[in-house]
Amino acid sequence: MTDKKITMGKTLIKKSSLSISENGLEKKSSSKRLEVLKTYKIYIGGQFPRTESGRYYVPTNAEGKKLANVCLSSRKDFRDAVVAARSAVSGWSGRSAFNRSQILYRMAEMLEGRKAQFIDELILQDSTKAKALKEVNLAIDRLIYYAGWCDKFQQIFSAVNPVASSHFNFSVPEPTGVVSIIAPQGDSLLGLVSVIAPVIAGGNTCVVLASETKPLCSVTFAEVLNSSDLPGGVVNLLTGKVSELASWYVDHMDVNATIYCENDSTIQKMMREKSAMNLKRIIFYDKVKWGTDEGQSPYFIMDTQEIKTTWHPVENIAGAGSSY
Amino acid sequence: MPKTISKKKSNTVKLKFDTTWKYAPAPESKSAATIKPQYDLFINGEWTKPSGGKYFDTINPANEEKLSEIADANATDVDSAVKAARNAYEKVWKKMPAKERAKYIFRISRIIQEKARELAIIESLDGGKPIRESRDFDVPTAANHFFYYAGWADKLEYAFPNRSTEPLGVAGQIIPWNFPLFMAAWKIAPALATGNTVVLKPAETTSLTALKLAEIIQESDLPPGVVNIITGAGATGAAIVNHPDINKIAFTGSTEVGKIIQRAIAGTNKKVTLELGGKAANIIFEDAPIDQAVEGVINGIYFNQGHVCCAGSRLYVQESVAKQVIRKLKDRIESLIVGDPLDKNTDIGAINSRQQLETIHKYIKIGKQEGSEMYESSCALPGKGFWCRPTLFTNVAQSNRIAQEEIFGPVLAILTFRTDDEVIEKANNSPYGLSAGVWTDKGSKIFNMTKRMRAGVIWANTFNKFDPSSPFGGYKESGFGREGGLHGLLPYLNLVG
Repeated sequence: MTDKKITMGKTLIKKSSLSISENGLEKKSSSKRLEVLKTYKIYIGGQFPRTESGRYYVPTNAEGKKLANVCLSSRKDFRDAVVAARSAVSGWSGRSAFNRSQILYRMAEMLEGRKAQFIDELILQDSTKAKALKEVNLAIDRLIYYAGWCDKFQQIFSAVNPVASSHFNFSVPEPTGVVSIIAPQGDSLLGLVSVIAPVIAGGNTCVVLASETKPLCSVTFAEVLNSSDLPGGVVNLLTGKVSELASWYVDHMDVNATIYCENDSTIQKMMREKSAMNLKRIIFYDKVKWGTDEGQSPYFIMDTQEIKTTWHPVENIAGAGSSY
Repeated sequence: MPKTISKKKSNTVKLKFDTTWKYAPAPESKSAATIKPQYDLFINGEWTKPSGGKYFDTINPANEEKLSEIADANATDVDSAVKAARNAYEKVWKKMPAKERAKYIFRISRIIQEKARELAIIESLDGGKPIRESRDFDVPTAANHFFYYAGWADKLEYAFPNRSTEPLGVAGQIIPWNFPLFMAAWKIAPALATGNTVVLKPAETTSLTALKLAEIIQESDLPPGVVNIITGAGATGAAIVNHPDINKIAFTGSTEVGKIIQRAIAGTNKKVTLELGGKAANIIFEDAPIDQAVEGVINGIYFNQGHVCCAGSRLYVQESVAKQVIRKLKDRIESLIVGDPLDKNTDIGAINSRQQLETIHKYIKIGKQEGSEMYESSCALPGKGFWCRPTLFTNVAQSNRIAQEEIFGPVLAILTFRTDDEVIEKANNSPYGLSAGVWTDKGSKIFNMTKRMRAGVIWANTFNKFDPSSPFGGYKESGFGREGGLHGLLPYLNLVG
């Protein structure tokens, strides 16, 4: 857009580069549209609040580029999230296993639809295009993998026990309840999906602390969860510092199990000690290669299941002996 | 509903069902469904004309009107289908990573759900079953069966301890007319999940939903030849059974044909599973919740017009409550609405074919000749079409033909018993052993009865319950092999040490 010269008599008046044409305002020489930046909030009870502490931190990528102003979640955020997770337990574990499998499959559908956004975020967080594509594809396939397990792992890990007395006796896995998870820190997406999926496939709810240095995908993943018919409170996602929150994740009396995915031995020791308060189950996934087939298995589901054994008498008529 | 207290001395209330209002017609519109005037064979992912050039009509059993023309596959067509299935197995399906196989099967399930209403309407038009059943049972359960088995595809290494698994190759599958789409799902889903390819023949009176499924399979982009659907009658079925390049036969149908198939494959390496007829005993003890038990018996024999292999076609009622139960049954069948399958009020639809109606009439005649007392409801029947009123026989003896032979219609044989020993012996006194029902409030009696019944599926205080994760199949002459659940994978796999 060139400057317009208006000749008025002998004076040249140079108009500004922002000229008003007959059709309306036209912009500067480059027609760049200003991008609306995303506010990275946390995900609690199916909603997206900011951290109640109002604090933020600014993770940077390997080149030193600032990623975003990310919520620095507090102990109170964690406690609020546990309340949400606990109130979601009866609804989620009360659904049919088949329904849970449908919802996990829907999560895969939603993630597939938003692949491009995740690839962009991964690239921003030091991945390459090829690796990012591979990671997102594997995350989608892993959700489908666990969707398929929801209504099948029981058939593999249950038993009808041939007790010697005249009883029908059977043992089944049941979800442990609320699980607090400190997600793999080196992964923005795949590690997160790999720890969440088996926990909820088994009927538990969870409060997850995302990767401290690569938190972007976890917040976007919360949006995927939110559009997947997953009831609010089943997965709650916080961003923040592991060193600040780890002890709150492990000593909350209304949490049934804690999963920790790094190999800091001080934190591991602290967790074993503090979990003793309510005997919550402690699970360390510090050696798992999430990018391989080793990163998915029904045994991850069983890590957050309890076994319940039930007895019922069997009348003895028309046949001697005990029972099943 | 207004209640009238009976003037007799019994202390039960007789419910009056002839109320002051009639049900208004509630017809389901046919507009959501598209039926082509003619269908070809679905071979290698394409619609192929039958090489003999022959087609046969398929009619609506509720009004005998023609719905469409169905291709009649001859031995040449069967050969093309098997060749397509073999080719797809060797070149594509066997080599595909299991988790990718799974995704195709998930797709098929999702598309069935998207097209649920259309499929339900066509099922009711073609087969005669009430729209309420197609809509609420057949179609959703078929979709769920695909969804369940899709999840197994990449998990077979966990299913059988200390064994790895191999698919068998090409499966030839022949399904009956009582649950056309549902049976197609029961056959195709586990076969695909375990890595096999399929040649499936639907029953000749009910081909339409299987052909719609072929369209859905095409839409899912399943590699050509993995599923082939070829239509025809007994001769087509025989051609499949006898084809030398089929590794496995899966058949659901009558015991008589099951035995023919068993003989036909003798001397070959073909594996087979058979899901055949039944004459299930439904047992009401004196401590059963009587009204629920009556509903359970009604559902057990009149659901799907009694065209159910696991139908509770023999009722054993303990003598002390027999009079009460029989009276309640007679009252209840009066309230069952026999009518247009597409009307949402209909309880009992049309009998699937003229041939089946003749079979049912034959048995009703035999029952009377044997000395049992027949009672049928007094409802009106539509003019055209094939209809049978819900019927029950009392004073039936254990050796009567109507107590031993499968009628496959809405006809219940009622016998009485006194002791547990007696009813266990009588219930098991049958060449069949597909299912059984037990009605009692006493938990320990339930588990004793379920242990003693020689049948593959036992329902306690319920009946006709199905789930993709629950194995189904028979003892004795009701067949062998299981469909559903973890056990349903076995028929389609070789276990390798």
